[in-house]
Amino acid sequence: MSEHPFFKGLNQGQIALLTGCASNVVFKPGQFVFREGEPADHFYFIREGKVQVETHIPQKGTVTIQTRSGGEVFGWSWLVPPYRWHFDARAVELTRALAMDGKCLRTKCEDDHHIGYEIMKRFLLVIAERLEATRLQLMDVYGHGSNS
Amino acid sequence: MAPIAEKLLHTDLAGPMTTEPFVIRRVVKETADTFTLDLESGDSSREFTFRPGQFNMLYVFGVGEVPISISGDPTKPAVLTHTTREVGAVTRGMRRLKPGDTLGVRGPYGTAWPVGEAEGSDVVVVAGGIGLAPLRPVVYHLLAHRQKYGKVVLLYGTRTPEDILFRKELERWRSRFDLETHLTVDRATGPWHGNVGVVTTLIARSPFDPQNTLAMVCGPEVMMRFTVLELERRGLDEKRIYLSMERNMKCGIGLCGHCQLGPRFVCKDGPVYRCDGIREVFSRREL
Ligand SMILES: Cc1cc2nc3c(=O)[nH]c(=O)nc-3n(C[C@H](O)[C@H](O)[C@H](O)COP(=O)(O)OP(=O)(O)OC[C@H]3O[C@@H](n4cnc5c(N)ncnc54)[C@H](O)[C@@H]3O)c2cc1C
Ligand code: FES
Repeated sequence: MSEHPFFKGLNQGQIALLTGCASNVVFKPGQFVFREGEPADHFYFIREGKVQVETHIPQKGTVTIQTRSGGEVFGWSWLVPPYRWHFDARAVELTRALAMDGKCLRTKCEDDHHIGYEIMKRFLLVIAERLEATRLQLMDVYGHGSNS
Repeated sequence: MAPIAEKLLHTDLAGPMTTEPFVIRRVVKETADTFTLDLESGDSSREFTFRPGQFNMLYVFGVGEVPISISGDPTKPAVLTHTTREVGAVTRGMRRLKPGDTLGVRGPYGTAWPVGEAEGSDVVVVAGGIGLAPLRPVVYHLLAHRQKYGKVVLLYGTRTPEDILFRKELERWRSRFDLETHLTVDRATGPWHGNVGVVTTLIARSPFDPQNTLAMVCGPEVMMRFTVLELERRGLDEKRIYLSMERNMKCGIGLCGHCQLGPRFVCKDGPVYRCDGIREVFSRREL
């Protein structure tokens, strides 16, 4: 865990505190990691494999919004009330991940605002990156009239 | 003033404004709105040498002339290849041409991708949409001189799976152990099980060494702006990032001023620029 860029800058004590909330999980191809509306109690570090984030649109069926793969962090609904997943996430291939217990982490962040702030800063980056990517996706830059 | 990408201002043809007839040998439909033309000179001894990134002015007789990058293999100068997206009158006229028809060609013009400077480094090639066409000669060059480069990573994003150019070739590239090829689409349609998300999301996951990497980027300007930010976030210096710019052109040789970008002309100072040299004009509107 200490080698992951997400944990860069944290001391061993802080990393040990976070490790207390972590467990290893494996998802088979096609298996859901979480479903829209369910309580969002975890976030994940993908060690290997690939997960797609999906939603269901009436009359259109299931639409994939983005793919996350090895080395990436995903899931931020555990941080934002009412702590429910906004989308479905499904493993596309055999995926090994580290699941971080969000409830456990929320308690630790409340108890120790210093670690709470460190976690917030890191998640702010994750959320900002997703927002930027979503905006770019919505701009539809490759369509007719774009300059390339 | 920052140095300009590998500069080549000479023209290979008789005179700088002389159009030479080339015969279309093959037409390949790539996607619903893009096609590739293989051209050969009427003179069988004529070879067309160019550097990856350069473009030609292509004249569709009776319709008009447009700049189009060369998308073929620089090590095979007997055939001249261009890949074009149909957007308006001239490119529509070009799409209607068939094998045996003639097209006017003048060039090659413009600056080239810095394949020489990249030697000894990892190389990351980031293409968006039809931006893969001007970068394909780079991939050919890197593969032909593979031992001179570190890791070579190709990241390619399109709007949907149907918009992917050079499909068969990409499949071949993906199966090579000496080239990392990653594709992504903005919108998944049909049975697509690959990556979904914009091309910038592939950068964070790519295995290049940011301290020793040179990046070459081509695509719509918005895509390039975000790509530069993401490459910088990974630790690349802007002096190690090159971009290919597009502006409307007429003469192609720095005479008419149509393609002005800040203090320079894209046709002769570009289209390939080092990022730090154009950054301040690159993100401004309506230049
Ligand atoms: C150096 C360079 C290399 C290029 N390489 C390729 C290539 O490999 N493949 C390819 O398909 N296209 C390429 N282009 C773009 C191509 O030149 C234009 O699509 C073409 O000129 C359009 O001509 P048209 O008469 O069909 O369309 P027009 O009727 O002239 O234009 C149709 C639409 O395209 C826009 N447009 C036209 N020219 C440009 C331009 N240069 N930049 C941005 N928007 C433009 C117009 O604003 C309009 O929205 C390149 C342009 C440059 C400058
Ligand atoms: S096209 Fe005439 S100056 Fe560039």
